[in-house]
Amino acid sequence: MSSETNAQHQPGHDDHAADEHAHGSFNGDMIGFGLSVVLTAIPFWLVMSGALGSNQLTAFAIMAFAVVQIVVHMVFFLHMNGRSEGGWTLLALVFTLILVVIVLAGSLWVMYHLNTNMMPPHDMRQVP
Amino acid sequence: MASSISTAQNAEAPVFYLRDEHPHPEGHSTPLGFWIYLMSDCLIFAILFAIYGVVGGNYAAGPGPKDLFDLPLVALNTAMLLFSSITYGFAMLTMAKGRVAATQAWLAVTALFGLAFLSIELYEFRHLIHEGATPQRSAFLSAFFTLVGTHGLHVTFGTIWLFTLMAQVAKHGLIEANRRRLMCLSMFWHFLDVIWIGVFTFVYLMGMLR
Repeated sequence: MSSETNAQHQPGHDDHAADEHAHGSFNGDMIGFGLSVVLTAIPFWLVMSGALGSNQLTAFAIMAFAVVQIVVHMVFFLHMNGRSEGGWTLLALVFTLILVVIVLAGSLWVMYHLNTNMMPPHDMRQVP
Repeated sequence: MASSISTAQNAEAPVFYLRDEHPHPEGHSTPLGFWIYLMSDCLIFAILFAIYGVVGGNYAAGPGPKDLFDLPLVALNTAMLLFSSITYGFAMLTMAKGRVAATQAWLAVTALFGLAFLSIELYEFRHLIHEGATPQRSAFLSAFFTLVGTHGLHVTFGTIWLFTLMAQVAKHGLIEANRRRLMCLSMFWHFLDVIWIGVFTFVYLMGMLR
């Protein structure tokens, strides 16, 4: 009985392991590369030429390009999808992203308010 | 029904659910384990980015990003890393077809782009230090050198790893273990490219806007 279930179980397990080593395709890599080049060139051009005029607008634009490019790299180069390793890689990624957002947003938020509230009452520029 | 279960329980010795561990093919959990390592590495970089974000504006009356950064050089550096990513992708594709010589050639090209990236970065660091913008100069420069230097150190170790694997493939060919190792380095290499997107956007480009 037990040997029978084991025998039934094993081939399925091996198939599953073999499926996980999915490599990219030439087309997928080239699409990813093309998108990366465009998504890198535009932010550099925006900053170097100052085409948008306002610094704040440019900052938001290049941040948006960075986010899109990171997603492109994840999908086309790291072959991220919900199926690899039964979804565990995606789960680990989502968990990490939550931690990254907490660390980044939390640090900037707390330290910005600390700087603002803890400023000495006098103007530092007048101190010799 | 219930009686048959109870007699079966009485007849046999206590049964554990994991009676015998079914054999795992060697290395079947390596990709997931390596991915989790990369995620922990991602947290290291998140902390370094957070530090840079907090103290990146503290110049201590020293030079700021606009005085120091040379965007065309950074663009060249970014291009080197992007090219190395696509050539590593080609190496993985030729590896999937089992062509040893082509795989080795693409790995060598990738290593060259990696070394070019490192050379440009070292040139930039040397230039900054020559101008007096050392890590000791201000909190901004300490955070800058730590963040960009940690990324550069990762690329350095990735390149050493790449040469090691080229020697392995030369000696043993594209055996299953070497394919798995190349797969892990592929993830590592592309991951470093993702981190670099954050570096050139938040450190260099945003620095020029400040």
